[in-house]
Amino acid sequence: MSATPVSDAVKEASMLKQKEMIAANYEQLATARETGRKVASTFVPGNLNELIMCFDMVNNLPEINAIQNGMRKKSGGYIMEAEKRGHSEDVCTYVKADLGSLAKGSLGPDGRPLPEPDLLLLSYTGCFTFMKWFELLRQQYKCETAMLHVPYEGEGHSSKNMRDYVVKQLKEEIIPKLERASGVKFDIDRLRENLRESAKAEDDLVWVLESAKHKPSPIDAYFGGVYYIGPIFTAFRGTPDATEYYRLLRQEIEQRIAAKLGPITPDGEMHEERYRLVVEGPPNWTSFRDFWKMFYEEGAVVVASTYTKVGGVYDLGFRHDPDHPLESLADYCLGCYTNRNLPSRIDILEKYVNEYEADGLLINSIKSCNSFSAGQLLMLREIERRTGKPSAFIETDLVDPRYFSPANVKNRLESYLQMIEQKRSGATASAAVA
Amino acid sequence: MSTTAEIISRCQTLFEDLTFSYAREWKAAMPGRSVVGYMPFYVPRELIHAAGGLPLGILGGGDQLEVIHGDAYYQSYICRIPRSTIELGVMGRLDFVDAMLFPSICDVIRNLSGMWKIMFPKVKSRYFDVPQNYQDNVGGEFYINELKELRDMLAEIRGTDVTDEEIRGSIKLFNENRRLVREVYAARMKQPWQVPSSEIYLLMRAGMILAVEEHNRLLGDYLAAVAAEDRPRRDNARVLVTGAFCEQPPLNLIKSIELAGCYIVDDDFMLVNRWERSDVAIDGDPLQNLASAYLHNSGNTSAKYEPDQAKKGLYLVDAVKRSAAEGVIFAAPSFCDPALLERPMLQSVLAAHGIPYIGFKYAENSGQMQPIREQAGTFADSIKLWSDQ
Ligand code: SF4
Ligand code: SF4
Repeated sequence: MSATPVSDAVKEASMLKQKEMIAANYEQLATARETGRKVASTFVPGNLNELIMCFDMVNNLPEINAIQNGMRKKSGGYIMEAEKRGHSEDVCTYVKADLGSLAKGSLGPDGRPLPEPDLLLLSYTGCFTFMKWFELLRQQYKCETAMLHVPYEGEGHSSKNMRDYVVKQLKEEIIPKLERASGVKFDIDRLRENLRESAKAEDDLVWVLESAKHKPSPIDAYFGGVYYIGPIFTAFRGTPDATEYYRLLRQEIEQRIAAKLGPITPDGEMHEERYRLVVEGPPNWTSFRDFWKMFYEEGAVVVASTYTKVGGVYDLGFRHDPDHPLESLADYCLGCYTNRNLPSRIDILEKYVNEYEADGLLINSIKSCNSFSAGQLLMLREIERRTGKPSAFIETDLVDPRYFSPANVKNRLESYLQMIEQKRSGATASAAVA
Repeated sequence: MSTTAEIISRCQTLFEDLTFSYAREWKAAMPGRSVVGYMPFYVPRELIHAAGGLPLGILGGGDQLEVIHGDAYYQSYICRIPRSTIELGVMGRLDFVDAMLFPSICDVIRNLSGMWKIMFPKVKSRYFDVPQNYQDNVGGEFYINELKELRDMLAEIRGTDVTDEEIRGSIKLFNENRRLVREVYAARMKQPWQVPSSEIYLLMRAGMILAVEEHNRLLGDYLAAVAAEDRPRRDNARVLVTGAFCEQPPLNLIKSIELAGCYIVDDDFMLVNRWERSDVAIDGDPLQNLASAYLHNSGNTSAKYEPDQAKKGLYLVDAVKRSAAEGVIFAAPSFCDPALLERPMLQSVLAAHGIPYIGFKYAENSGQMQPIREQAGTFADSIKLWSDQ
């Protein structure tokens, strides 16, 4: 056993803070009708939280609800419900988990019904399915829908034309609809204030993610990382609460580095760091803990991941900028991970493998998600070719329990780790010969 | 004058030729010519033509191509067309292609644009975005600038600027092409027994390969040949096929639907050749005219956002009415997000209008047609039964 139970001292500050924040948001959602708060539903990539806050609206994220349902083992039933209602077995299971849950009364994790949205804010960034998902939701809710089309960075970068287009849509489509849905007038200074707050949290988040360059890494940047990105990818970016959360988190990790501690896992602290991995692709949520356990039991730590960049790639330097509020929202949306072309994604992975001194790349390929998955086998080859390090490929799904086969995943992972060992002993042997 | 059989036999040869010898010869015939490949569902072919290029529609490998390399690039849960397209590339069958365009239809083709950049670095590959905002000063302006970038890329391939006059000339030719395509479709709507869908399919596929001037002649010849022949009329059900706008069904599938007692009176197999619903304007700024046609006068498909919930899916109801179809067949490639996510929305609109439908999935290399024939046959029977009551 390579872990000891999490001490209360470690658990306290940031984890408790995040728990409180999430509970408060679900409380706001559950009581929105009584309090008169208007509700916007939106996506994680291209999430315009700072803007939504300018209109006193509460932010509801169907992707996060699907994840919550996945972790609470409810998604399987919801997906079957959606399939029974004519949705294809071939399409994204987030969509089906959401539609199935809607058909069953749409309950939040606290067991209270989620309110119907007043506005579907379709930030169409990095995923084709988003567009259809919101058209499907619109058919149910018949509420106002605002579409923000964020062009794909096909050439590996954004252009002035793309940025201007997004800014214009913000001005002419998104803001007027937010005003209409909320009854609140837009105040750009309020937006600047929120963006200023975002940038502070973003600095600390990047520091946290980059702390994995230490040996041992004080964090797991994938399984642990999904908790760290929680506030900034969802309803809290731009709030003082998020700034506070990242400040606390950073302090805790500073202490871990000073004490040369590894990451915290659900079974406590991980002692020996035997493998350092970079992971591409979202995790599986229905067996999240079992999945994680397969890693930490073997002493495998994820030192960098791309999934923790879907809601913003901050470690390459982007920060929300209060001096250029709308432009900076546009740049943010354009630069989200899945809105970057495949060569850029490969460059990012290569950089991670090298800079985080990883043993290799592991791809968790998600059946649901063509946005992530189409092309991943080429990514794998390219990374192996460029870094000379071994890679591995496993296949699971996000929230469909039918596509998580623990035995297969464990087998693959174990053979991969053995491969890394072999590579290491090969390297030692050839160093000895030299 | 050629007979329909002669014309269709030529189209069939073009369709089966996966070495693309026509396009190779076309390019070799004159120095400075280029070939620009494009995938579904839409690119402004006028710009390629104006730059002295041949737009070459790449619609996968069909059921004749053995895919070996392509499968190594894709997980089992991804559709077939990107695999067979990669196969064509890896096998050197597209080695004469100077540039490849990947339209914004879905994430698979989107990501393929980046794969192409890595796998075929000498080919200019470009993801081609279209606006999802239909205001002239917002989406329109964005699109005009995208068109400019594409025009400049094509000019770079040729080595000289592409002039407005050249683009206008090309728009004229493609207007003519679309007019003839519409005429062929109209002829089929009117007398589907005279214009079988398996023929139309091959005729339209030829348009993905032939130079537009030549395709225009071919379409004209076909219309004349059809008028000169009499074919037996059957008591078939009139159906519209939708959802097959990217990866193509095998030709046998189209034939099976016909053999099962259905006349296909409308389809979305190749949207690019009738995307603009009427002529693109000639006078004025040609890029603005192309943009305006895209925003305000183009077809509909899943990859295009519908801003108005009240209008969602009505295009299909309109198409059913226009073609006097009695039912709709949803035929979609397996694992096709655009077609399969859209399907339940369209089906609920059809249900609200009392239009019967069935649905199935296929792959470009599907071999077993019996189940499809049975399903289509039962559908045709039920339609007839319904209309008799
Ligand atoms: S396809 Fe992928 S990115 Fe899109 S909604 Fe599904 S999981 Fe998210
Ligand atoms: S068949 Fe569908 S999913 Fe596949 S590439 Fe075409 S549009 Fe995309």
